[in-house]
Amino acid sequence: MIAQIINYFQTSSNEYLVAVGQHLYISFLALFSALIIAFPLGYVGSKSKIFSGFCQTFAQVLRIIPSLALLFILIPYIGTGIFPALIALVVLALPPLVVNIILGFNEVPKVYTEVGIALGMNSFQLLRQVSLPLALPHILNGIKLALVEVIASASLAAYIGAGGLGNLIMLGLGLYKMQYVVIGGVSVALLSLISMLTFDWIIKRVKNSDQRNY
Amino acid sequence: MIKEIIKFNHVNKKFGKNEVIKDLSFSINEGEFITVLGSSGSGKTTTLKMINGLEKPTSGQIIVNDCDLKEANLVTLRRHIGYVVQSIGLFPHMTISQNIGVTPKLLGWDQGKIDLKVKDLLELVGLDSKEYASRYPTQLSGGQQQRIGVARALATNPPLMLFDEPFSALDAITRQNLQREVKELHHKLSKKTFFFVTHDINEALYLGDRVMVMNHGQIEQFDTPNKVANQPATNYVKRLIGTVRENQALWEDIK
Amino acid sequence: MIQYWQENSGQMINLMIQHAQMVLGSLLIAIVIAFILIVVFLRRENWLNGLMYFFSLLYSVPSYAFFALLIPITGLGQISAIIVLAFYSEYVLLRSFITGIREVDPSYLEVAAGLGMTTKQIFVKVQLALALPTIFSGIQVALASTMAIATIASTISAGGLGDLLFEGLQTGRVVPILWGTILTVLLTLICIVILKLIENIFVVDVPKQ
Repeated sequence: MIAQIINYFQTSSNEYLVAVGQHLYISFLALFSALIIAFPLGYVGSKSKIFSGFCQTFAQVLRIIPSLALLFILIPYIGTGIFPALIALVVLALPPLVVNIILGFNEVPKVYTEVGIALGMNSFQLLRQVSLPLALPHILNGIKLALVEVIASASLAAYIGAGGLGNLIMLGLGLYKMQYVVIGGVSVALLSLISMLTFDWIIKRVKNSDQRNY
Repeated sequence: MIKEIIKFNHVNKKFGKNEVIKDLSFSINEGEFITVLGSSGSGKTTTLKMINGLEKPTSGQIIVNDCDLKEANLVTLRRHIGYVVQSIGLFPHMTISQNIGVTPKLLGWDQGKIDLKVKDLLELVGLDSKEYASRYPTQLSGGQQQRIGVARALATNPPLMLFDEPFSALDAITRQNLQREVKELHHKLSKKTFFFVTHDINEALYLGDRVMVMNHGQIEQFDTPNKVANQPATNYVKRLIGTVRENQALWEDIK
Repeated sequence: MIQYWQENSGQMINLMIQHAQMVLGSLLIAIVIAFILIVVFLRRENWLNGLMYFFSLLYSVPSYAFFALLIPITGLGQISAIIVLAFYSEYVLLRSFITGIREVDPSYLEVAAGLGMTTKQIFVKVQLALALPTIFSGIQVALASTMAIATIASTISAGGLGDLLFEGLQTGRVVPILWGTILTVLLTLICIVILKLIENIFVVDVPKQ
């Protein structure tokens, strides 16, 4: 097995890097797009109880529906490839993002927003100087969860033609070349772990630099 | 020329079905130190919040510094009214210096002017600027934090300062010190109007040029401390003063 | 849709049973392990925190990768699937077990000791009993997420409702995909209801005043 693994890296390191690149590309693109959608949704959600209730329910429902089903369900309508995969990944990333953005803004103690308004801030200044910095830990946590979810689902997206490391695993399973499976599997796992640990570190830094008691 | 700085004309405030303020009318002159005395639910905090537009009246007219609040730009108005709250509310993610400089920055002051002002204000409230300017609020005691709260409210030299039970959460000794300091501050800063809400009778009578006693959203008496203490106008005020006399008797007995 | 059911109902029910076997099997294993871990490490905070972190790292490993990585070790099929699913559930279960037990108000423990209970009695009669609602809610979350992840086990030939999803993918038809989704959700809801019934037996419902 080890010999086969070494052999793979010696002969196909290019393809490997391409797969990693594809995987990262589609993951971050999905995350970024989801964030653009989720942020205004979350901000509005923190202001309206009805809207936030709706978002929470939607997130719960999405949790029960297998992500695999979500990935596959659009195929008969928009086909396979990177774009349909992207749509599915964005949908999967939205719940942790929206839920945590709402939570982040709601957790800002009311006194700070009141004082901010009393000091003469308008809505935008309030958001930028007070609400956002204080909501940051939760928001970053939501991004972390969404990223892990997207990297995981991106590996499945290989089944709908999106490329990436999932392709390697799929190939290995199909050809019964276990070294592909192991390399692909370990690589995805590592990507996920590195993302998680990086974000944990970022969140810790943000909390410390704020001198806040959590 | 005595200038009216705050005027309430038949103001009503309802929260849902709950009528918190009923037909409230009063006027306050420039330079006065007004204390508003009442128990929780009396409407005193709501009244204060209507002055800087944090709450809007259900009906009636409020005029602050010659502006009718219905037509005024509230954001601009608030940048020239000081606001000090019980929970202090210093932003935990900003330094002391940044906290004090929030409103000046909103008004576009340049950094040099802000730094100078921060230094002056810290001295005014009795804190060494070298030591405190770059610290964070959580590193300070409650009394020190509230002093910063007052400094922040004074940052743009506003003609009107609103205090919402600012010392109620502090210990008795700190509270007394801050009461003395805020009274001195009012003397030092001529022509500033202080609107100070509290539920502590002693604090209200000690600090105020005039005391507004509120109960169930209405004014029971609005007069000098002397008149309120010795010529209580209504039963409610009589009972309030009564509690103080009873405590005095208790202290006499303990001696 | 109905036609598909009529043609394939036997097989679909089989897949449902397979799916349920995988999920419930792994869940039970995970619950037992979580219980053992808690009892052994109750007093040793650091160990518990370490275990939590270990399982949280495993939880972040994408399921597809995790399933695939187990093949060289335990081969294709249900056994690998159950092992992976158990690891995933373990994180959720441990977290809710620990939170539930830690959140019990320490004054209750003091009172129990003052009444003369032994450590073991305090654990079983007070801590565990008061932590049960949180524990059951954790089991529910683990159940729902495991049901969803189990669809992926189809990629390593473990069977289950994921097979329907893949059939839809390979034949380009929406109908099997919809059935796969509906049946998974249905199975999840049925199990949650059963779980609630079990919970009612153990947890005392305090009447509201």
